[in-house]
Amino acid sequence: MKQFIKNTLLVAASLWSVATLAADPTVPLDKANVDLHDKASLQRGAQLFMNYCLGCHSMQYQRYNRTFKDLEIPEELGVENLQFTGEKVGDLVTNAMTAEDAGNWFGTTAPDLTLVSRVRGADWIYTYLRSFYVDESRPFGVNNAVFPAVGMPHALQELQGVPRKTTEQRMIDGEMQDVYVGIKADGSGMLTEAEYDQAALDLTNFLVYTGEPMMLQQKRIGWYVFGFLLVFLIFAILLKREFFKDVK
Amino acid sequence: MKKLIAWFDERIPMTKTWNIHLAQYPAPKNFNFWYIFGVLATLVLVNQILTGIWLTMNYVPSAEGAFASVEFIMRDIEYGWLLRYMHSTGASAFFVVVYLHMFRGMMYGSYQKPRELLWVFGMLIFLVLMAEAFMGYLLPWGQMSYWGAQVIISLFGAIPIIGDDLTLWIRGDYVISGATLNRFFALHVIALPLVLVILVFLHIIALHEVGSNNPEGVSIKKPKGSVPESEKPKFTFHERFTKKYDIVDAFPFFPYYIVKDLVGVAIFLFFFCYVIFFAPAMGGLFLEPPNFEAANPLKTPAHIAPVWYFTPFYAILRAVPDKLFGVILMFGAIVALFVLPWLDRGKVRSIRYRSTIHKVNLTVFAISFIALGYLGLKPATEVYTMFARIFTFLYFAFFVVLFFYSKNENTKPVPERITK
Repeated sequence: MKQFIKNTLLVAASLWSVATLAADPTVPLDKANVDLHDKASLQRGAQLFMNYCLGCHSMQYQRYNRTFKDLEIPEELGVENLQFTGEKVGDLVTNAMTAEDAGNWFGTTAPDLTLVSRVRGADWIYTYLRSFYVDESRPFGVNNAVFPAVGMPHALQELQGVPRKTTEQRMIDGEMQDVYVGIKADGSGMLTEAEYDQAALDLTNFLVYTGEPMMLQQKRIGWYVFGFLLVFLIFAILLKREFFKDVK
Repeated sequence: MKKLIAWFDERIPMTKTWNIHLAQYPAPKNFNFWYIFGVLATLVLVNQILTGIWLTMNYVPSAEGAFASVEFIMRDIEYGWLLRYMHSTGASAFFVVVYLHMFRGMMYGSYQKPRELLWVFGMLIFLVLMAEAFMGYLLPWGQMSYWGAQVIISLFGAIPIIGDDLTLWIRGDYVISGATLNRFFALHVIALPLVLVILVFLHIIALHEVGSNNPEGVSIKKPKGSVPESEKPKFTFHERFTKKYDIVDAFPFFPYYIVKDLVGVAIFLFFFCYVIFFAPAMGGLFLEPPNFEAANPLKTPAHIAPVWYFTPFYAILRAVPDKLFGVILMFGAIVALFVLPWLDRGKVRSIRYRSTIHKVNLTVFAISFIALGYLGLKPATEVYTMFARIFTFLYFAFFVVLFFYSKNENTKPVPERITK
């Protein structure tokens, strides 16, 4: 029996090591410290989205008024500053670009971004927004380290400046190779590097919010439910003890 | 009140049914942790039916509207997210409790004579549950819904001669389309739940006919008149159970096991609610990330994996190079469980009194099942496939080896009565 347990543990251990080795070799993702309680960050993120993303990317499952309410933006202010094409405040956040136009202009449709955080994860979005770099071989002159051969231009370039890929010479398998280490902007943007990172984080934060706008409410209710269950459990235990006096 | 009850009892066996199945049903006194999962499965079934009804009120079963209607439920319906998460978490919870329930049966020999039919009904429930979950997973019409269904339905194409026509008949189209969605919706919300409820009814009726097994695997039914009055439990059991036998070491299911199960239910609900409120996607296991993207017939996801509860069988399928043989082996893995009562020729039920070889065999089986589940989630690389083959072999070896050693097994002496 002991030998048997030893063997199973060995098999399990080798399985585990195989699993870790097989992970895909991609650009390491930076951790996005999103905080859904940070309403100021969410508001800035919403502003960035409406100004820089919505032209091509819709947010077709999310409504303006829900967004304003959750982000604590007064409705009049929101309508005035974040709605550009005369929609009603109860409308979904859509845009006017048709799939056909998008196909002609970009070769593909721009994906809807309501749920992108649930598909890709916050870290991916945060890193993606900060990983555009100049690549003249691409139709829009830029590529992305996280999303190779990306089909969109660098929409935030006026904020970040012109980003260039930085590489380092490293010895790999006995050969000197260029290894990607990061992105460096040329300083021509409206924001400093730290400010741009914050903007990327704000936008990520906003997209995490739109992926699950109910998340804060959900967790709050969750704690009450746990509280109730605790009381229920105590009473259930007491009830069981009382009844089992007959049995013992 | 008494008069009212009497009025009903003259017209329908109300009190009688209550007594036979609850208040005077003799349940062995030594049920342990493993005996909670039947009750939990019933609880989850009720949860699925109730939340399902409310989800149906706003779900749109069409290729154009399905994905958006799910997001409508999640965002615009008051507490719609709660209904949806209860339903999606319930689907996974159903399989968690059913797998543990089945393993309990295997450990304590609850499938052995006279409970073969009870086991077969249970297996039918498992089969229908898999169909129900598979069809339900198509309804959100996400990328994984679509491509997962595409992969699974195409398996039927491996059947010689009728394969292609059969897949066409199942899909109702040449690819997965709105037609497929509509029929899956109909089957998911009406046909299969109905079958499921009927099977659960039969499962319980069959259980109450033969009586519950217990961790000792010892019968609580003794020949009539063999037990002195002082040894009998002080409770009243229905004459249906006491007419032919003397019942020992038992107490009524209601209220004793009901109140005991309440504790188990509360503990289960902690886990269940943790997932609902704090981790509804369960790290991509319960709700897969690609499924938050609407189905796109032109874009195949890089890696198609079914939901976790199908992955043990999916791993078996992929372990075989030949598609048809893979499909046969995958269904064979379920058929083997169906005929388990006849493969196990042992006379001793509980693992506590069975041979070391049986203990090892069952442990290897459990490890293989979990390992296959893990491998089914991973891409089919060379190393993974090799492991999948090893564990597939071990999975089937359980049944083969069991058939041979169980005939003349070196078991420990079984006590006359439940001692622990």
